[in-house]
Amino acid sequence: MTDAPHVNHYGGDLFEGYPVDTANTAGDQAVTNYTINFGPQHPAAHGVLRLVLELDGEIIERVDPHVGLLHRGTEKLIEYKTYLQALPYFDRLDYCSPLGMEHSYVLAIEKLLDLEVPARAQYLRTLFAELTRICNHMLNIGSHVMDVGAMTPNLWVFELREDCLNFFERASGARMHSAYFRPGGVHQDVPERLLCDIGEWCEKRLPKLFGDAMSLVIDNRIFKQRNVDIATVSKEDALAWGFSGPMIRGSGIAWDLRKSQPYDAYAAMEFDIPVGTRGDCYDRFMVRVEEVYQSAKIIKQCLRDMPTGPIASLDRKVVPPKRGEMKQSMESLIHHFKLYTEGFHVPAGEVYVATESPKGEFGVYLVSDGSNKPYRCKIRPTAFSHLQAMDMMSKGHMLADTTAIIGAIDVVFGECDR
Amino acid sequence: MAHPAPLVAPQPALADALKKLLGTDLLAHVFTVDEDSITVERDAIAGVMVALRDNLEYQQMMEIAGVDYPDRAERFEVVYHLLSVTKNHRLRVRVSTDEATPVPTIVPVWPNAGWLEREVFDMYGVLFAGNPDLRRILTDYGFQGHPQRKDFPLTGYTELRYSEEDKRVVYEPVKLAQDFRNFDFMSPWEGADYVLPGDEKAGGTGEAPGKGAPTPMTAAEVKASDDKAKASPPPTPKTTETPAQTGAGAKANLKAAKTSRDGASAKPATKTAKTPATAKAEKAPAKPRAPRKPKAGGDA
Repeated sequence: MTDAPHVNHYGGDLFEGYPVDTANTAGDQAVTNYTINFGPQHPAAHGVLRLVLELDGEIIERVDPHVGLLHRGTEKLIEYKTYLQALPYFDRLDYCSPLGMEHSYVLAIEKLLDLEVPARAQYLRTLFAELTRICNHMLNIGSHVMDVGAMTPNLWVFELREDCLNFFERASGARMHSAYFRPGGVHQDVPERLLCDIGEWCEKRLPKLFGDAMSLVIDNRIFKQRNVDIATVSKEDALAWGFSGPMIRGSGIAWDLRKSQPYDAYAAMEFDIPVGTRGDCYDRFMVRVEEVYQSAKIIKQCLRDMPTGPIASLDRKVVPPKRGEMKQSMESLIHHFKLYTEGFHVPAGEVYVATESPKGEFGVYLVSDGSNKPYRCKIRPTAFSHLQAMDMMSKGHMLADTTAIIGAIDVVFGECDR
Repeated sequence: MAHPAPLVAPQPALADALKKLLGTDLLAHVFTVDEDSITVERDAIAGVMVALRDNLEYQQMMEIAGVDYPDRAERFEVVYHLLSVTKNHRLRVRVSTDEATPVPTIVPVWPNAGWLEREVFDMYGVLFAGNPDLRRILTDYGFQGHPQRKDFPLTGYTELRYSEEDKRVVYEPVKLAQDFRNFDFMSPWEGADYVLPGDEKAGGTGEAPGKGAPTPMTAAEVKASDDKAKASPPPTPKTTETPAQTGAGAKANLKAAKTSRDGASAKPATKTAKTPATAKAEKAPAKPRAPRKPKAGGDA
């Protein structure tokens, strides 16, 4: 309990000049601020988030988020693994958009190695990164509307998410933790049929089902009451607090790493960056809704322009040969053995590579000492900066708005806590 | 440019601008792997950040990373990553420090530095002077130590479990059935300058250089335990060529005949019955031999 001054709602100090035994005051004339715990196990916390909320009645005075309850020491573990062995850890960071996490890491390695990646691999990575974005936004949009009271859209968009996961499974064999992007390219080529199905899905099923689900929400009076003008963030604040992704775009800054610092095949893609006008939760939500359509547009361009050819670099000192090759050639066997035991050595140096993950700027700061293991791999999570601004964003709002704010941040604790 | 990583246009004028802006606070500026990084004076970091934000348009501070180099005098590096959304450029700013010397905080410059500094403090124990809320952030409540330091073991020191007797979670020292397997992959032809088994005479001593993650045993320890296990045979095998070399003779006979201090006679050798000493010993007691009893002070 804090020692905040007694509040009264008539102005002036009610007890001025009177000797009052403050310990024994009862009733609602004198109210002190009180502190409650939100989480760590709370369905609207999107994971293990503990918020210590200081409330004045129902108004939030101060928020102290306690993170780290899902800390697994990923960065420490990576220092003890070879570069390839460390890759699957990235799937497990943001388990809602696993391929987006892998993307930064493989690009960082390729930058240090100065490794050329074939065009088909770049297109495949772009395609699946965008599919991941749709997959991630389906989860976030669905849970955001559910947090503020709508049930049906969540069930509908989860069907779309299920479709995305099926596509991942058909490409990599795993629904969530795909480990599909590899230094030098992707793990394996996709069947022709899968590309056809993705194209058909983008053309027919996604706009229909997603459009139906959103038509229930975006003009809904209750949804707007819960989101419009909640947690307004100005452009200056968004810059100062290190916002990125839909959070900074919701505040009206058209900053997208896919456009400004293009990687893989994004330079050849044509798409728009949606921005918000007011910087509130509703804008962030709507930015994500529009991004889904833009992602579908990018996917269609990828499918249209994707060349044939190798799906990974042919540099056998980095990318292992396929099994069929291994059974024919002695040299391939040696390469395979060396790469899966010792791994490849990365020249000494350091890089910071950030990509536009569905949640914002996801960066990897990789320090190499020339050995086969990273000397240091610092992961820049998106949620860390956003969640830190919780205090700034929720001050003066009602307790019930916390769920809308957390929903619009799009936080996943596997990534935040690492 | 061959690699497909994010494309950032280089800023050729940046080097001069930095020199002019920061003056003596700028210790080094390098441009490697298409990235600009500068090293600055530790105590001037807050002022440097303000200058970079206001004069060179680096509006955003995206990341603070700690790095541990145990061999250096100032073992920790604190690395800040700045982003300019107007110039579309990234800049890496680094300072170095040790366990005791605090780095001035940059929370007044960028409020999101608060948690990032807390994380570096938590993981490395680097202190930030002026940070209003320098608590641990990622590790457990009541955690001790700084896990990202290179000398902190991967397994940690404690593990926790739910105790059915105590009805609560208890902390215990880590007990692992098998050590974490870690291999040294430094190629003996390229990097390693430790002695391979069998190469001792070729010269070259010392341990593996401080590269990569530390291995549980250093090269010297591996070599020492190898040598111990082998337990090499003596240099020349002992041979017996003349009877004199066996030690047999008058002197030995006398010694054998001597009774030991507690009065028991010397133990007769079973196979050397022909020697005079044995014959004498056989003559002495007339009574039949009793089964042998273990002797207390015998020379067995």
